[in-house]
Amino acid sequence: MSCVIHARGLTYRYPGGGGQPALHGVDLHVGHGERVALLGPNGAGKTTFMLHLNALLTGSGELEVAGLAVGPKTVHELRSRVGLVFQDPDDQLFMPTVAEDVAFGPLNQGLDRAAVRARVAEALGAVRMDHVADRAPHQLSMGERRRVAIATVLAMHPLLLVLDEPSANLDPRARRELLDVLAGIDRTLLVTTHDLPFAAELCERAVILAGGRVVGDGRCEDVLADAALLAAHDLELPAGFDLGAVRRRPRPAPGPSAAAAGPTGGTTIR
Amino acid sequence: MADACNHSLALTQLAGDTGSRVHRLDPRAKLLGLLTVTFVVVSAPLGRWPVYAAGAAVLLAVAAAARIRPGDLWRRVRVVLPLVLLAAALLPLLRRGGTSYDLGLLTVHQAGLEIFGAVAAKATIGTSSAALLGMTTAFPAVLRGLEALRVPRLLILIAAFMYRYLFVIVEELGRMRAALAARGYRPRHALQAGAMGRVATAMFLRTYGRGERVYLAMLARGYQGTMPRLDPLVLQRADVLFVAVIAGCLLPVRILAGTP
Repeated sequence: MSCVIHARGLTYRYPGGGGQPALHGVDLHVGHGERVALLGPNGAGKTTFMLHLNALLTGSGELEVAGLAVGPKTVHELRSRVGLVFQDPDDQLFMPTVAEDVAFGPLNQGLDRAAVRARVAEALGAVRMDHVADRAPHQLSMGERRRVAIATVLAMHPLLLVLDEPSANLDPRARRELLDVLAGIDRTLLVTTHDLPFAAELCERAVILAGGRVVGDGRCEDVLADAALLAAHDLELPAGFDLGAVRRRPRPAPGPSAAAAGPTGGTTIR
Repeated sequence: MADACNHSLALTQLAGDTGSRVHRLDPRAKLLGLLTVTFVVVSAPLGRWPVYAAGAAVLLAVAAAARIRPGDLWRRVRVVLPLVLLAAALLPLLRRGGTSYDLGLLTVHQAGLEIFGAVAAKATIGTSSAALLGMTTAFPAVLRGLEALRVPRLLILIAAFMYRYLFVIVEELGRMRAALAARGYRPRHALQAGAMGRVATAMFLRTYGRGERVYLAMLARGYQGTMPRLDPLVLQRADVLFVAVIAGCLLPVRILAGTP
């Protein structure tokens, strides 16, 4: 299986959610190492789909993630292989200090303490937040909180990293720093957003989700250049935005420890 | 904005020289040492002033070692102390005995005054002791100390979440108050306080929603019902010494001066 995400006919209806299902037969295939932007207006089903990737919601249809058929038996392993970064970092950071929060996932994976400490240092280094290890989350700025939230997931060495609206509520500088950090992470990425320039800079592929269905899928520049498709689904590039001038962030060079990474982490973070 | 909203929580932070020997002690040592002070003083019978004085002296020594200014200590103590003393304030009026002083409508009795003095001393020492713990030990460290001292984990977990989200909730409350004020809300009498009730309802619903989301975020990182810990606490010689010196100073005074 070379797919990281393989969804076919995935359908989910919220209990008491009335007539319209939140996901209405989603078909999506994401290969190893791809960087995919999942675009769509509010209420399109982006977050619902994201929660399925970690079995936090279970709909009908086929879903295989990170080589596992999603179901009750695989939940624990699945959650170590797929890292979800939630939109509000205050939901994600619940421990009293940053280091304890980053250690939470690896400890749940049953790693020994020395390995957990190494993971914490590595993950905080990868998001350039090593200096805040002993701070409390409420002492950090929004941009810093978001980077720490990414570290809490990176520390679990996931195969797939899923980010929900990572650039929401960030000032331009924090947004740029976040792009720098994400561009340096060598993993399969799924980024849900409606910040189209952000998607263009980071991802080579874009998928548009609307009304619980995939309505567009292709190279990021092609999808974003299709003004009619974007307009039909309440998306638009900022006025005057020149798609041709966007320079996609290069991928990090493969690190020396790539081969030494564990079975659930075939890639390395810089 | 966070800073402006959190000013009311500034009193929950460390104070003094945060690199001092007292600050660096194991949280268990500080918990045990300062609890010893409180326990010795509170358990002494009324009117045993040498015991109270010894307890106060130990606290002053700890505060001095942590380079905590008396003003800072007082600022924290005075938040709690009036509430503690409120109940005791009636004693001089109610407890009869000894000389009585006539103050117009009220009559104050000597016996009541003595009890009030002793209760006030005990309350002040107990409160100062807790305040010193808070000024020298970060709250997460206090929780870890309590956990290592076998306080039930569920209680620790609840306290940890309360601490973490207190700041988030205070920020949200600050924003909602600003939004009310921005639309000219200035309650002048009780009947106009209804908006505050709605703020409370909105706060409840938001907090409830957040609770759900935090739980999902915990599950997503493999939470299975137990809270894992990274660093086990290790007692050093200084920690044992700290508790031993406090107990060594106070217990003899308590035994010699505190028994009838």
